[in-house]
Amino acid sequence: MDYTIKIGGAAGQGLQTIGASLSKVFARHGYHLFSFQDYESRVRGGHNFYQVRFSEEKVFCPREPVDILVALDKESLPLHGDELSDIGFAIYDSADIKEKFEGERFIDIPFSQIAVDQGGNKVMANAAATGAVLGMLGMDVELLTRVLEDTLKRKDLLEPNVKVARAGHEFGSKNCPRCSFQPAAGASPRMTIEGNAAIAFAAIASGCKFYSGYPMTPSTGILTFMANHAERHGLVVEQAEDEISAINMVLGASFAGVRSMTATSGGGFALMVEGLSLAGMTETPVVVVLAQRPGPATGFPTRTEQSDLLFGLFAGHGEIPRIAFAPGTPEQAFALVNKAFDLTEKYQVPVIIFTDQHYADSEWSLDNIDLGQFEVRDYRVRGDAFKALSSYRRHAFTDDGVSPLAVPGDAPHLVVTDSDEHDEEGHIVEDAETRRRMVDKRYFKKMPNIRREMEPPLVYGSDKPDILLVGWGSNYGVLKESVDVLGADQQVAMMHFTELYPLPEEGRRGFMDTIRGAKKAICVENNASGRFAQLLRMETGYEFERSIRKYDGRPFTLEGLLEEIDGHLSGV
Amino acid sequence: MVTLAEYKGQKPAWCPGCGDFGILTAFKRAMFELGLEPWQITMVSGIGQASKLPHYTMGNTFNGLHGRTLPVATGIRLANHGMPVWAFAGDGDCYGEGGNHWLHAMRRNINVKLVVHDNQVYGLTKGQASPTSMLGMKTPTQPFGVLSDELNPVSVAVGFGCSLVARGFAADTDQLVELFKAVYEHKGFTLLDILQPCVSFNHLNTYDWYRERCYKLEDDYDPENFDRAYERASEFGDRIPTGVLYRKARQVYEDRVPVLAGQLPLVKRPQEPQALEQTAKEFY
Repeated sequence: MDYTIKIGGAAGQGLQTIGASLSKVFARHGYHLFSFQDYESRVRGGHNFYQVRFSEEKVFCPREPVDILVALDKESLPLHGDELSDIGFAIYDSADIKEKFEGERFIDIPFSQIAVDQGGNKVMANAAATGAVLGMLGMDVELLTRVLEDTLKRKDLLEPNVKVARAGHEFGSKNCPRCSFQPAAGASPRMTIEGNAAIAFAAIASGCKFYSGYPMTPSTGILTFMANHAERHGLVVEQAEDEISAINMVLGASFAGVRSMTATSGGGFALMVEGLSLAGMTETPVVVVLAQRPGPATGFPTRTEQSDLLFGLFAGHGEIPRIAFAPGTPEQAFALVNKAFDLTEKYQVPVIIFTDQHYADSEWSLDNIDLGQFEVRDYRVRGDAFKALSSYRRHAFTDDGVSPLAVPGDAPHLVVTDSDEHDEEGHIVEDAETRRRMVDKRYFKKMPNIRREMEPPLVYGSDKPDILLVGWGSNYGVLKESVDVLGADQQVAMMHFTELYPLPEEGRRGFMDTIRGAKKAICVENNASGRFAQLLRMETGYEFERSIRKYDGRPFTLEGLLEEIDGHLSGV
Repeated sequence: MVTLAEYKGQKPAWCPGCGDFGILTAFKRAMFELGLEPWQITMVSGIGQASKLPHYTMGNTFNGLHGRTLPVATGIRLANHGMPVWAFAGDGDCYGEGGNHWLHAMRRNINVKLVVHDNQVYGLTKGQASPTSMLGMKTPTQPFGVLSDELNPVSVAVGFGCSLVARGFAADTDQLVELFKAVYEHKGFTLLDILQPCVSFNHLNTYDWYRERCYKLEDDYDPENFDRAYERASEFGDRIPTGVLYRKARQVYEDRVPVLAGQLPLVKRPQEPQALEQTAKEFY
């Protein structure tokens, strides 16, 4: 089984509540799931949708065929009617949308009337719809009532919502002539986690104590998660007046001795560029999440793109070293965020984590979170260890370019740093020799060791692929599932990069042989000009002859990508 | 016991006769008289002649970017609210490039001590107009004279409810020492705007120009009377008042952050994450 539910409606109609409730129910039933959201940059109205795919097998990406379309607005039916699968149908409330659709694929369910009949109000029509979907799927309504118990903030609304959900469930299970769903037996409950939450959780688990940011879609979920977990985990979360302030606050906190992070999207990152350069010059550890959305300028605020890769990698005046990661799943985010905090503290260079709206707002099921994977190694010189030093120079020359990073105020030694070129103590200089040695220290001495920390890309599928799909970040899921589909009768593999920059040193670039050895290597990206392909060419000289690029603001679907790949298959 | 000599830093690269020397002398004396050791304070500065001050004395130092002094200072205070934080900036630095940060720092009322060397001109970049340059002043980049009205930072600060607003004059170091001590001892965000002659580029607002106009607020002046304070702070012309113009007891930001209020600074706590299991469970 592999089913997709799509909820379509206007902003403010509660699609998110229905989608999130269904996701939780499926995960608690033991299904694997992947959900994603498509929404407009408005608070009310317009047309949005929330799509949940669930299965007994792991699922990683959106599919196009919809098995149940929950149409909360009039537009949903004409817009998504042709997406219905062979067994698919739409449910809607003709009284609500004031239109009746004929045909066995359209099932009219009086969501609002059910809510009112059960003593609830019209807003609770959402509970009726959620219940109806579960009834049609042959799933137990008690899973939903428990989700409502756990998630409804207003406890006085629990009882009426549960009544409405039960009535909706009953209606759905009795009025579904086309229903042919085969529910699978339950398994152990699974977790659900959104991309942004995975990053925020991993940051907390990696010892992040200070977060400052300015709200910007699609990064805001990180700020929200951090703020709502501040008290429990002892974090200070500051919403700054702008992104310039956010990154400078983060640098101040990091200088003062705590692990710090900020997140933003492209426009906000543009404002942070000056601060990123400051992090490089002062060798102050910082993790910056760049949640991409389509640009230029304001672009598509709520949609997805991978077009800021080179912007992020080249951002900052002057020459500063940096590290860049891009997770494609929550599990990858856990590992990469933990590694980001470790490396930024170890080498005192900024780490940028690239995500995008498709990663940030999507939701995955997880078996559990292994908390043992998060390691926090404190590289800072604190307390007695700092007092025990006979002298201290913040930017002392060392063999590996890394100077001890001490906590100001912990010992009578002074911690001094400067955005001007400076000497070992951190004071302004003008002389050529110190300048040359400081550039060597900051850049040339650190980079070889950083390269050795970087992992090569993940290769999945055939050992000797005719077709090699190369991608990065949020395209992990759709690439993997494409390989699973095509692998049945093709020699196909994917190569997925999460550790983007710098690439491993020369001796560990066997992956380039894999790319060069493939009959057809195709670089798949959500952008117009092939930002990753350009990066790989810059770093290795290799130029992709084939590419699949999507830059309409929407993520790849499995069917969409397979169709694109099909055009490259002839002659293999 | 700390000695004044411990506050001796590098040799200043300021022009001979620069008003900044008086500010530096007064700051060192105030720190010494307060009994603070250099390692017990952190100085944050931006870019400009004023922002070089930390190098010319001693203390933990973050000399950051033009205009960004206050965000860095705020971050340091939030990570370590046991650390006294001085922010040194110039008029262009703080009121121009960093204007937005200045307004929000006053609103936040974080316990940072802001000191603005206000010479009413850009010194480091050689004589262009700053936000406090006077209407009509001719400069290399304002050949028709300054066309915008000058900003009065102290009246803006009083209007914003800044917790303590003071003005000093760089040539009156005795008064400056007292003002440095007054802002240090006040709990909350403070602005000390110091009129500081630029001998190289501001030939309008000279030592004599300031001397003719600056006067000390009367002994019975009540800085807690908002209306009077706003009136005095707005005075900038034939007469310019110096001293503590305005004071308002406000809860400091550090006491409003539940994670910080009455607790150890973040940096003094275990750096390992706590209570992760509880949050992980929320994902079921």
